[in-house]
Amino acid sequence: MVAAMATRVATKTTSPEHIDYLLRLGDSSLVLGQRLAEWTGHGPVLEEDIAMANIALDFIGQARLLLTHAGNLEGKGRNEDALAYFRDARAFRNVTLCELPNSGIAKGHGQSADYAFTVVRNLLFCAWQTQLWAALAQSADAELAAIAAKSAKETAYHLRHASDWTIRFGDGTPASHERAQAALDQLMPYTNELFATDAVEEVVAAAGIGVRGAELHAGWKSLVQAILDESALKMPVASAFQSTGKSGIHSEHMDYLLIEMQSVARQHPGAQW
Amino acid sequence: MYTQAMDIPGGPKAVAAATPEEAARNSAFDARIAADLKIEPRDVMPEAYRKTLVRQISQHAHSEVVGMLPEGNWITRAPSLKRKAILLAKVQDEGGHGLYLYAAAETLGTSRDQMVDALLAGRAKYSSIFNYPTLTWADMGAIGWLVDGAAIMNQIPLCRCSYGPYARAMIRICKEESFHQRQGFDIMLSLCKGTAAQKEMAQDALNRWWWPVVQMFGPPDKDSVHSGQSAAWGIKRISNDDLRQKFIDATVPQAELLGITIPDPGLKWNEERGHYDYGAIDWDEFWRVVNGDGPCNRERLATRIEAHAEGAWVREAATAYAEKAAARELAGKRAA
Repeated sequence: MVAAMATRVATKTTSPEHIDYLLRLGDSSLVLGQRLAEWTGHGPVLEEDIAMANIALDFIGQARLLLTHAGNLEGKGRNEDALAYFRDARAFRNVTLCELPNSGIAKGHGQSADYAFTVVRNLLFCAWQTQLWAALAQSADAELAAIAAKSAKETAYHLRHASDWTIRFGDGTPASHERAQAALDQLMPYTNELFATDAVEEVVAAAGIGVRGAELHAGWKSLVQAILDESALKMPVASAFQSTGKSGIHSEHMDYLLIEMQSVARQHPGAQW
Repeated sequence: MYTQAMDIPGGPKAVAAATPEEAARNSAFDARIAADLKIEPRDVMPEAYRKTLVRQISQHAHSEVVGMLPEGNWITRAPSLKRKAILLAKVQDEGGHGLYLYAAAETLGTSRDQMVDALLAGRAKYSSIFNYPTLTWADMGAIGWLVDGAAIMNQIPLCRCSYGPYARAMIRICKEESFHQRQGFDIMLSLCKGTAAQKEMAQDALNRWWWPVVQMFGPPDKDSVHSGQSAAWGIKRISNDDLRQKFIDATVPQAELLGITIPDPGLKWNEERGHYDYGAIDWDEFWRVVNGDGPCNRERLATRIEAHAEGAWVREAATAYAEKAAARELAGKRAA
């Protein structure tokens, strides 16, 4: 049924903005899934190893659906793997928030992954996805609406997981509070990108396919604020910082992520796995 | 998987009952074993049986958790999104197996913290197979196909083992292992049907994994330290050599189907025995790895130690929060 819907949309002329918008959503899920998967086997407690792997798996699943759909609409024969493995950083459209290393924004290798950074990022991103999927469930792109409806159920669980741990950290020990607050302070500026409506979003919103980022802000903020209140964490002062990953201009961290993710596939172009 | 370490020296030996009461308890236990009934956590059991089980089940749990590392090594580089998702799910399952097994061992009165401390202090063993490195993507195929294949051979008899919680955990684990084995074979099949470079990668993985996998079944029966007592207790149902033979007999035709060569010139069908003959196993290599000098022993343990140490503040935060939340709830009830 979902495939039939895809075909129906594809028969209409698809705008480049529509494809770009799907890549934003799919790439964001893919890149965050990739980051979370890095934790597998290294989590702070076995239950969390399992939970984080499960969340990563859901993100990869969302990415597969969204990239497949984008590839179908594009009509150039690119499947999910062509899109994931054979595009360079400039062609990736994920929001910058997702590509930041698990260790935090500091550059350089050798930092240890920080569970507070990982959890707080998931809180901020999943609170955004919560708003996003609710809006996209009404999308004129029936395939996207179906993906949004499916993903909303997963996101509800991811948000609960991230909220529970943010509260534990904020209201746990002085050390955990400090880490969670530091993570929040580092991450919050990157959320500006989520709500910065641009030309792509204007086009897809006008077509009833997507949503303007700015429209998601109020709902997101009240969700996040409620968790921060319960965590005794302080919302950082708003900043004018703008990251631009969704337009293809990424952070310095992005290339390293792609080089690792794409290494085997690119050593064997054209191979089937 | 991973009952191999069961047969290596260093564990408790069966001892005679010290008192008449203990002798009576032991005879009740012996009667249940003789009747092939399950032993449950509250049943009487000899101390040596309890210790043997804690050692075996915790080793098995540690093996699942350490086993997440060599495969976890390739999740971020899996060459397709489908393979990435399958590998993530598989490694997640291994964590789940670790969890059920720790829970089964805890029914014998040892806490998970104690077991994990024993692992991190180097007192507890885990399967030596995970002390080999995963060097290419094909190792994900070889591990699923061969390591999980060997694990299933070892584990199916454990589904009937005498200790109830272990037997029940193993039933669930075996179902998932069989999926893991199939996905590993499927990776190998894709590689062997693929480009010359892919097929070469598959052959290289088989070359490196074959002998360590054959060693997973443990020392030859004539040298196996604990097998006799474990068989009498219904913990071990089939001997090391019989399981090894069964594995080799099942695997040779699979390698033929893949079109890759098992690196054993001594491998030959023996019409008379109805089994494959195989070449000499390098037991010096086996003992070297078991005793800590394999290619990755230090690396694996250091990685587990680091993850545990780095996670300490997370666990402390969870405990502190749970205590605060409980205190608040109590205060709320008092006020009401």
